[in-house]
Amino acid sequence: MADSPTLQEGGQPSEAASAEAWRRLQLARHPQRPRTLDLVSEIFEDFFEMHGDRAFGDDAAIVGGPALLDGHPVMVIGHQKGTDTDSNIRRNFGSPHPEGFRKAQRLMRLADKLGLPLITFLDTAGAFPGPAAEERGQAESIASSIKLMTGLQVPIVVVVLGEGGSGGALAIGVGDTVLALENSVYSVISPEGASSILWRTRDEAPAAAAAMRMTADDQLELGVVDAVIPEPGDGAHTDVPATARAVKAAITAALGALTERGTADLLTSRYARLRGMGAYLETGAPSGRRVEAPSLRRRLGRILRLPGVPRRSRWSEIWPSGNADDESERGA
Amino acid sequence: MPIKFPFSRRAAPSDAWTKCPSCEAQVFNRQLERNQRICPSCGHHFRMSVGERIDLLLDRGSFEERDAGLESVDRLGFHDDRPYPDRLEASRIKTGLRDALVWGVGTIAGHRVAIGIFDFRFMGGSMGSVVGEKLARCFEAALVERIPAIVISASGGARMQEGTLSLMQLAKTTAPLVRLDDAGIPFIAVLTDPTTGGVLASFASLGDVVLAEPRALIGFAGARVASDTVGEEMPEGFQTSEFLLQHGFVDAVVARPDLRATLARLLRLLPVAPVDEESDADRRGPIAALSGLAERLGGAVSETIGIDTEPDRGGNGAGRTPAPAAERRAP
Repeated sequence: MADSPTLQEGGQPSEAASAEAWRRLQLARHPQRPRTLDLVSEIFEDFFEMHGDRAFGDDAAIVGGPALLDGHPVMVIGHQKGTDTDSNIRRNFGSPHPEGFRKAQRLMRLADKLGLPLITFLDTAGAFPGPAAEERGQAESIASSIKLMTGLQVPIVVVVLGEGGSGGALAIGVGDTVLALENSVYSVISPEGASSILWRTRDEAPAAAAAMRMTADDQLELGVVDAVIPEPGDGAHTDVPATARAVKAAITAALGALTERGTADLLTSRYARLRGMGAYLETGAPSGRRVEAPSLRRRLGRILRLPGVPRRSRWSEIWPSGNADDESERGA
Repeated sequence: MPIKFPFSRRAAPSDAWTKCPSCEAQVFNRQLERNQRICPSCGHHFRMSVGERIDLLLDRGSFEERDAGLESVDRLGFHDDRPYPDRLEASRIKTGLRDALVWGVGTIAGHRVAIGIFDFRFMGGSMGSVVGEKLARCFEAALVERIPAIVISASGGARMQEGTLSLMQLAKTTAPLVRLDDAGIPFIAVLTDPTTGGVLASFASLGDVVLAEPRALIGFAGARVASDTVGEEMPEGFQTSEFLLQHGFVDAVVARPDLRATLARLLRLLPVAPVDEESDADRRGPIAALSGLAERLGGAVSETIGIDTEPDRGGNGAGRTPAPAAERRAP
C-alpha cells in the first residue's frame, strides 16, 4: 500500500470531522435503534430462542436460535441490547460474558451439524470487562468463538446493526459476507477507551472516533465490510419495518450467492478473506540502518577475550533490552 | 514543529541500574542480564527483548528469521497527539526492530519449530497488520513444513492506530489454527508479562498447551478500562498467571530458568501427528491455493526469505524491489 492514499491526510482530526464521527456514533447508539430481536421478528418466521451454554448459565446479552428465512431453516445469533433501563440491566447493555459466547458456540456447532446457514447480528459496545468475566475466561471464550467460526462448514452472513465493539463483536462476527447498516460503526476499541489511552483523557472521544474511521463507509473502504445497507429517512430508528426489509433483502442476496458454492470453496474463500485483512509493506530485506553497534568494551573484550564478554555475537546483542520499560503505548 | 534532538537522552550513566518494580531493590543491569532478567532478590521476571528470548529458548545459532522485511503502513492516516508513522519510527529507533514481532524457524533441543516472539518495547507489543501477517505466516509454515508452532506473547493487544484492520488480525491469526488441528500439528502458547486484550482474545488463548511465566499480567481488559467501565476496583491479583492457572485457562506456570527445558519436554511429549494418507486433508480447501502461499513458502523452505514472488499479489503487501533478506540473520 505504499502509494495508496490514506483515508485522511495529516494532522489531528478536525473539529468538523470529530463532530460528524460523533454524530454517526450517536445514531449507532440511538436508544430507539432497532435491536437484534426487533429485526429478527420482522425478517424471520418462527424464531425459537435457545438459552444457556450448558456449563455455567444463560447470558441475555446474546440471543440465538433457529428460525425460518422465507421458509428455509437458518441459525440466528445476535447481541441484544435492552430498550429501557430495566431490560438494559438484564441484558447488561448488550455486553456479553463468556457464557454468552459459549452459548453462541453451541448454536454454531448445531448449525454446522445440521448444515444451517448462520446469520449473526452485531450490536455491542464490547465484551464485558468485569472480574467475573475474567474469572470465567472472557478472552478464551472470544478466541474460541473466532476459531470456531473460521472453520464452520456452513455459509455465514454477518450484519453490523449498531455498534461493532471490538473482540466482543468479532467473536460472532467472522463471516463470508459482512454487511453493515449505514449508521453502524465498527471499531477496535470504544472511542472513549481510545481517548483515555492515547489522549489520556476521556474528553477526546469524538476525535478518537474520527481517527479510528469507525463508520460503515470507512469500513467498506478498508475491506472489513463487504456492503453497506442504506437506512431509511434519518436513521433506522425512524422506520423499523423499512430497515428490516432492506436488511432482509441484503441477507437473502448474500446467502443466495454463498449457497451456490461448495464447502471447500467456501472455506478457502473465507480463509483468503481473513488472510487479506490488513495493510503492510513487503520490502525484501531490512534497510541498511544499523541496529545498534556493540559497545567499545564489548568489541575490545572480544578481541582481548576478556572474561564475561561472549566472543560469538548473540541475538541479544542485536536486539538487546532497553533499560526502561515504556508502558505508554498499550494496545486494546 | 517539535524540535528533534539528534541524540538520545538514554545515554545517561544512570542506565547501569534498574529498580525492581516488585521489591524495589536496585539491580545492577549486568547482573540482571546474566540472571535471565530475573530479579536476584525477589524473583520478579523483567520483560525480555526478542533477542534475549531467542538466546534463552533456541539452540545456539539455529534461528533463522523470516519475513524480516514486513513493515507497517499508516492506512488510516491515524493521528492522536502524534502521527502513527512517528510512533512507528520512534519504536524502530528505540528497539532496532521493524515491528513488534519477529518470527522464524529454529530448533529447541534439536526439535525444529516455527516460533513467533513479541517484543513489548515496540509500541507495547501491539498487534497490527504486520504482526498478524507474520503470525499467520508462522502458522502456515508450521503447517507446510509439519513442525510445531510456538508463540511467545508480550502484548497490550490490538494496535489502535490501525483501527479495525488490527481487530481483524484476531481472526487472521486464529484461522490457521483450525488447519493445524486438522493436520495434527501442535501449537504451544507461552504467555509472558503482559498478555492482554486482542492477543489474549485470539491465538494466545488457543494453544494446545498454554504456559505462562510467573506473576505475569494476563487478562482480557486493561485494569484501567475495566474499572472505568465497571465502576469498581478490580481485586488484587485477578489478572495474573496464577489466577489463570487456578481458573483453568493455563496449563502450567513455568519460571524462566525452566522454560526452555519445559518446551523441549513438550515437544518430545506432543509430537506432530504422522501423516495419514487416507485422511481428507483438503477438507477445508487446499491451502496451497491461498494468496500465493505456495510460491512464497516454496521459497522460504529453502533459502530465500521475504522475497515476494508476485509484487502486486492481493493488493496488500507488495511493491518494492525484492532483495535477499538474510542480512539480519546473524550468527
